[in-house]
Amino acid sequence: MSEELGACSECDALYRKRRLNRGEVARCPRCGAKLYARARLDPGQMLGLVTGALLTFIIANAYPIVIMQVQGVSNSATLSGSILTLWSEERRLMAVLVFATTQLFPLLDLVAMTALLSVAVRARRKGRRRPAWFAPLLRFLQSMRPWGMTEVFMLGVLVALVKLSNMAHVLPGVALWAFGALTILLASILAFDLRSLWDETEP
Amino acid sequence: MSPRPPVATANRAGLIGCEHCGALSPLHPDPIVCPRCGATLHRRKPDSLNRTFALLVAAMILYLPANLLPVMVTTSLFRKTHDTIISGVVYFWNTGSMGLAVLIFSFSILIPMLKMGALGFLVISVRHGSARTRRQRMVLFRIVEFVGRWSMLDVFVVALMAGLVRFHSLAMVEAGPGAAAFGAVVVLTMLASFSFDSRLIWDNDEKCDER
Ligand SMILES: [Zn+2]
Ligand SMILES: [Zn+2]
Repeated sequence: MSEELGACSECDALYRKRRLNRGEVARCPRCGAKLYARARLDPGQMLGLVTGALLTFIIANAYPIVIMQVQGVSNSATLSGSILTLWSEERRLMAVLVFATTQLFPLLDLVAMTALLSVAVRARRKGRRRPAWFAPLLRFLQSMRPWGMTEVFMLGVLVALVKLSNMAHVLPGVALWAFGALTILLASILAFDLRSLWDETEP
Repeated sequence: MSPRPPVATANRAGLIGCEHCGALSPLHPDPIVCPRCGATLHRRKPDSLNRTFALLVAAMILYLPANLLPVMVTTSLFRKTHDTIISGVVYFWNTGSMGLAVLIFSFSILIPMLKMGALGFLVISVRHGSARTRRQRMVLFRIVEFVGRWSMLDVFVVALMAGLVRFHSLAMVEAGPGAAAFGAVVVLTMLASFSFDSRLIWDNDEKCDER
């Protein structure tokens, strides 16, 4: 295992894999691509982070993001509410796009991470083998990961706040803070090298 | 200068690297699936240049309605305004939010254009078998992959405004058809960059090492 060969996924150069310390990243000498990495956190700690992110995700989606007041009338918007509005106003494509990138894919990502990390934790503690769904789920997670866009949405919320504060009285809702926290949590979760799960669960 | 020996690659060593888990398998006898993770193995992404190019052309065509059609329709007491992406940028500039105007201009107009231009350049340079500036082209490709998603910004802004500003007779914001077209441009350019196989930039390095 210490002398395993690998190929750079971006330029195809061969490299010899060596064991990294936590937090180390190996880069390709030819093209500079990230070859493999060992996360700063172990799978158990990572699992805690993902659980926290799941709870934050629920809060971010259950409460209003912004509250707006116009002439004594107040209105609030949740993410789901906004998506449903788009859908009912015949903006179907846009509704699907927003739903997929801000709700469906981020949620699937966190759920899949929970399952995969649990396998890694059990493999380390009890030497269990990988279940049959491990490989397909990991491949699915790798291909859908780029489509979760929580951090872009967060920036969009801030832009909308500035835009609206010019024309009315706006108040940040609970979900705004939750989305901020979720963005930070996801940044460290997405930095986790998914390929390292193969090594972590090696029998 | 004497030519340097070509770099050892998986392809030259008769191996094939798995895109998903990184495991190496022998090229012969044709492995179809990766023995470790079960992913379908390809020496290079199938039909990479043509797919990238086709998706790019589709994105370029949709880029027109995305910029010409309104992304947002605002109805207030006395008037109805149709905002395109450009008029949104102008609005921020005129109301004193220069920073936001620059941000939206870069994310919604500049980045998509540069991104499509860069991908087009990469496809053409690989097709011509260019062996020059490959490290620089690799950096360019990574930038394209990294910034693509951020162009969804305006779509999210409109979605949230449409969900929030619903004060029937006083003020209503609705999403315009341009927003969906714009979202489609972002999705298409992202798909285009995923179908581009960056290994193709490096494939003919026997040629380049003569320089
Ligand atoms: Zn490389
Ligand atoms: Zn594999």
